[in-house]
Amino acid sequence: MTSQGQALLRPEAVLEEFKKNGVTHVVWLPDSETNWMYLLMKAEPSLTLIPVSREGMAFSTAAGLSVGGKKPVVMIQNTGMLESGDSIRGWGLGMSTPLVLMVGVRGWTRHGGNRPTDVANFTEPFLNALGIHYYLIEHGGDAPRISLAFEEAERTKRPVAVLVGDEYHGFNR
Amino acid sequence: MFAAADMLRVFQSYRGDAVVIPGRGARHWQDISTRPSRDIPLGDPAMGGHASFALGLAMAQPNEKVVLFDSEGDLLINLGALATIAEKRPRNLYHFLMDNECYATTGGQPVPNAKSISYAGIARECGYPAAYAFEDLEEFASNVEGILNEPGPVFVAMKIVPEIENDPIGRRQRWQTRTLEEVLRDVKKELGVPS
Repeated sequence: MTSQGQALLRPEAVLEEFKKNGVTHVVWLPDSETNWMYLLMKAEPSLTLIPVSREGMAFSTAAGLSVGGKKPVVMIQNTGMLESGDSIRGWGLGMSTPLVLMVGVRGWTRHGGNRPTDVANFTEPFLNALGIHYYLIEHGGDAPRISLAFEEAERTKRPVAVLVGDEYHGFNR
Repeated sequence: MFAAADMLRVFQSYRGDAVVIPGRGARHWQDISTRPSRDIPLGDPAMGGHASFALGLAMAQPNEKVVLFDSEGDLLINLGALATIAEKRPRNLYHFLMDNECYATTGGQPVPNAKSISYAGIARECGYPAAYAFEDLEEFASNVEGILNEPGPVFVAMKIVPEIENDPIGRRQRWQTRTLEEVLRDVKKELGVPS
């Protein structure tokens, strides 16, 4: 959740990070945190969108793109990330795929207070269990962390997550 | 039904320069292929992902013919991959499906509704521009060259004799001659992709 007075995380800033890092393909499944990106990405000639119907497919698709020399990013919700566990393990970690996954964090509040079963409670433990490093972005000033994630993914040949924690401001406009 | 190895021998005659993802036929393919550096035997990174991997590779390398030998157990886990492939329509993707009606590597238990599914029908209705089904090797052999000359994506369902494995995984003989890292290194070199 964005703190008062901080600049909202604008979709244009996220797109700029993608372009700066040479992203060629966005493999994605819409979610409530990333829906704002769709029209912007669709209009961007340097990006090809690949829609999947189940998040696990995003990781094998991205692995194929990466082996073929392209630079994909995966854009999904934390709910689908949990569903994708074995695909992340096998097609991401097992194939040494340098990959950034942008994960909309449904239920993010920063200060807790969720119901015990909210998916937000399981998001970071899930990434920790797989040994996947992550960066949190909540407002405009955090956008450069996306570049840090790309640099780390390339350097380590591993998936790196960017948790998009701004569920309520700026995205659903 | 026909044997996977016989089918792969027929295919080899028409393979040309295609990049081949042999899927669960890899055990036989490695003895048949004459271009191993253009083969991508992945083993089993995670069940259900081969079709999407092939799509990604085909989109990344539109000037390379990409041939996948998928299996019905793998495809059933992520049937939605067919819809994505049909939407993106990679003209260089040839999606062969080896349907042995069972999970052969776990002892031969049948896949759901094993004998009654038309995978070619599913692919066609998902939007593949062309889909074929073969139960007879001779019929396959007389059509495969033409199929490989069609614009993709093309789907080819084949009824394959199951080769059931019952030994515990730890006791099975390792048939791979290259590690996954070596496989990826070799194919990237072929494709001119930096490792």
